[in-house]
Amino acid sequence: MLKIDITHPNRAALAAVAGEVDLYSSPQLRSALLKLAAGKPPAIVVDLAGVTYLDSSGLATLIEALQESAKYAGKFVLSGLRPEVRSVFELSRLDKVFEIYDSSEDALIHLSQ
Amino acid sequence: MAVDGFTIEIPSEAKYAKVVRGAVSYACELGGFPAETGQAVTLAVDEAVTNIIRHAYRGEPGHAIRVTCRITPRRLEILLQDRGRKADPGTMKPRDLDQVRPGGLGLHFIKSIMDVVDYQSGDTGNQLLLAKNLPGSREPDAQD
Repeated sequence: MLKIDITHPNRAALAAVAGEVDLYSSPQLRSALLKLAAGKPPAIVVDLAGVTYLDSSGLATLIEALQESAKYAGKFVLSGLRPEVRSVFELSRLDKVFEIYDSSEDALIHLSQ
Repeated sequence: MAVDGFTIEIPSEAKYAKVVRGAVSYACELGGFPAETGQAVTLAVDEAVTNIIRHAYRGEPGHAIRVTCRITPRRLEILLQDRGRKADPGTMKPRDLDQVRPGGLGLHFIKSIMDVVDYQSGDTGNQLLLAKNLPGSREPDAQD
């Protein structure tokens, strides 16, 4: 299953995810992200640097979390996409929908400005 | 190059999709695909397996999904077979990507990535043939 580490740097919520996000593991990610969104943090950063595979169920999970954050005007951004994961976003044109940063550090710096 | 390949069978449970991904990834390596193409083909097949689990077998565990990988002189063929519910052709259209919503992307990936997507259904069950032309190959002949 996935390894999901949650921290709260500077009032943002940072979820560092590692493993393969597929039909089997995406419910675990969904549960973690919706729980974070329920706390209405001003920003959620999902760092995918440790994610080596992500399919359409993973995308669906991220879209759902993005939409939940939007309900309370929270920011929801991604970081650390490996090439094989970025290509899935590009194929679905979701690279134009999500804010994507090279690293969680970059994301947090941008969100603090 | 001789025709060769293998067949694996998994139960209809999401935790076993990774077994198919590993096998297909290796088949792509044997076929000489660049890593990016192998990753894309693996994604397409994984989406097809997911569709069988969720739709053909309605999420019920314990049913068989057979995956045969065959490398011909011109292409890599992946045949997925199940004995679940027949797919409704009306639901087999990729959705509009301008709609941002969860769900519905699997079919888009399959049709975008693979060179051949051929679904057949009959008395012996459902068959989905996915194929990707090998690097540098011409269009396959009818005999392939």
